[in-house]
Amino acid sequence: MQFDMAITGFVAMYIFMLAAFGGWVIIGNVPAILHTPLMSGSNFVHGIVVIGGIMALLNASTVTEQVIGFFAVLLGAGNAAGGYAVTDRMLAMFKTSGHQPALIHARHPAKKS
Amino acid sequence: MESTTAHLITGAADLIAAFLFMYGLKRMSSPVSAPSGIRVAGYGMLLAVAASFLNVFTVDAAAKPHLWINLGLALVALLLGASAAWFKGRSVAMTEMPQMVAIYNGLGGGAAGAIAAVELFGSKTHGAGQLVMTLLGGLIGAISMSGSAIAWAKLDELLKKPMRFPGQRLVNALVFLASLGIGGYIVFVTQSGATPMLPMASVLWIFFGTTLLFGILMTLPIGGADMPVVISIYNAATGLAVGFDGYVIQEPALMIAGMVVGAAGTLLTLLMAKAMNRSVSNVLFSNFGEAGKKKRSAMKGEEKPVDASDAGIAMRYAKSVIIIPGYGLAVAQAQEKLYEFVKLLQSSGVSIKFAIHPVAGRMPGQMDVLLAEAGVPYDLIEQLEDINDGFATTDVALVIGANDVVNPSARTDKSSPIFGMPILNADKAKKCYVVKRGQGKGYSGIENELFYEDNTYMVYGDAQAVLVKMIEAVRGLGSAAA
Repeated sequence: MQFDMAITGFVAMYIFMLAAFGGWVIIGNVPAILHTPLMSGSNFVHGIVVIGGIMALLNASTVTEQVIGFFAVLLGAGNAAGGYAVTDRMLAMFKTSGHQPALIHARHPAKKS
Repeated sequence: MESTTAHLITGAADLIAAFLFMYGLKRMSSPVSAPSGIRVAGYGMLLAVAASFLNVFTVDAAAKPHLWINLGLALVALLLGASAAWFKGRSVAMTEMPQMVAIYNGLGGGAAGAIAAVELFGSKTHGAGQLVMTLLGGLIGAISMSGSAIAWAKLDELLKKPMRFPGQRLVNALVFLASLGIGGYIVFVTQSGATPMLPMASVLWIFFGTTLLFGILMTLPIGGADMPVVISIYNAATGLAVGFDGYVIQEPALMIAGMVVGAAGTLLTLLMAKAMNRSVSNVLFSNFGEAGKKKRSAMKGEEKPVDASDAGIAMRYAKSVIIIPGYGLAVAQAQEKLYEFVKLLQSSGVSIKFAIHPVAGRMPGQMDVLLAEAGVPYDLIEQLEDINDGFATTDVALVIGANDVVNPSARTDKSSPIFGMPILNADKAKKCYVVKRGQGKGYSGIENELFYEDNTYMVYGDAQAVLVKMIEAVRGLGSAAA
């Protein structure tokens, strides 16, 4: 595989370090009330792993690689789509006083037990 | 298309995606901007996924003959995985959210592990550095997958009790050391060019096997109430694995997204551990709950049961009520009934607040989501540190399905396993009602002093049934007065 940019050694370390710091600062500002959507939202963000799966599968040349690559894409796609679906659903429910909650009940009926 | 052009487009798309992820998460700093934040991140994901298919123009020579099959497989896997998870995510009940987050997290960990496996089985790594990163990505991803699967089974109550056996920690440590050792062996064999004892593929299968096994073993002994910490840890782990994979396949978008999530998960893990006043390693390795069973000090006084309707009426005539929901509320699915009761009290002029303990429920913030689902406006919901001083001037504290988070012995009793854990000061309110299914103890098996206090009254029963009775009682008053 040939790449336009090679990320090696210290350059990789810099990327990791800056991303970790940036993430820490950004996430540190999320209020406790949103911790569940934050968790499922960051869950969704690591669903980007699906594009790694796609790249690995496209470059597969043996059956073993194809099978494992297939699962990588399958699982990654599930991670991304599912993470988005639940996060979006949860965030739509947070309302301040004055909003009508009726719509939410209609869209997301609780499971009957 | 030229492969250089394809690289240019995918590179630009991934850069934009990475920016949109960061920006989207940034918008999560307020409930007002958060919905647009996840949408922004969603666009980033769509863009990156679409662009990744341009890699058909850049594949290795060895993979060229299989390109159409691989492309077909990729599309099928993408549609299948995405549609199944989307459908499930849209239809699942809010009370099952912790399970869903565990599953999706496990899927991500599995994908990260699988990518590492493809690189390893295809011997595509170059140099020791890349090989080590691949093995680490595979290791952490696989642990996250099997660990999240067990966490899911526990949350879904397929596995009801923490599984513990003598020497468990030793066994776990040995299994972990074994996977590390096999990983080291793979590096040694590959770097030195020595012939492995077994075919390389078998060594790799054993490596992933022991790693998956470790994830299972590590999660089995952990109890349900510790799940907020566990879910956060696996969230961070999947992030790290994705980040390492990003380095291996030279994809900076994965490196950045993975590390950001790794940081987020780590932060939440530490917050949760702090809210329990325990270290992360204590949560993972201490078999919590055993300590509580050894010592059972006799309690002064006795639990005073009271009728649900009497409690409801008393609250109707209170000036202020603070409600403390716990996991029992989620189990009873009583969040909507609770808000109905709250609205009834509000219409009679009672001031209502909700007090949320950071580790109430089975994942960080679960109570906030349940209350939001029921329609409770978030300006009524307060976190521990903001509301705790307010209990002293409050008429009634209503505890529903919570136990350890209101146990005053955390403040005073040094021998208590939860000593030092910050608690909600329900005992400081003028009166306290505790809605509880029965006279059992909390998750930790610790007696709760609060239940024996002079101003505490117990309302036994299923939270849903109790709230229905309270609502009826207050409604009855209203019509009598009119």
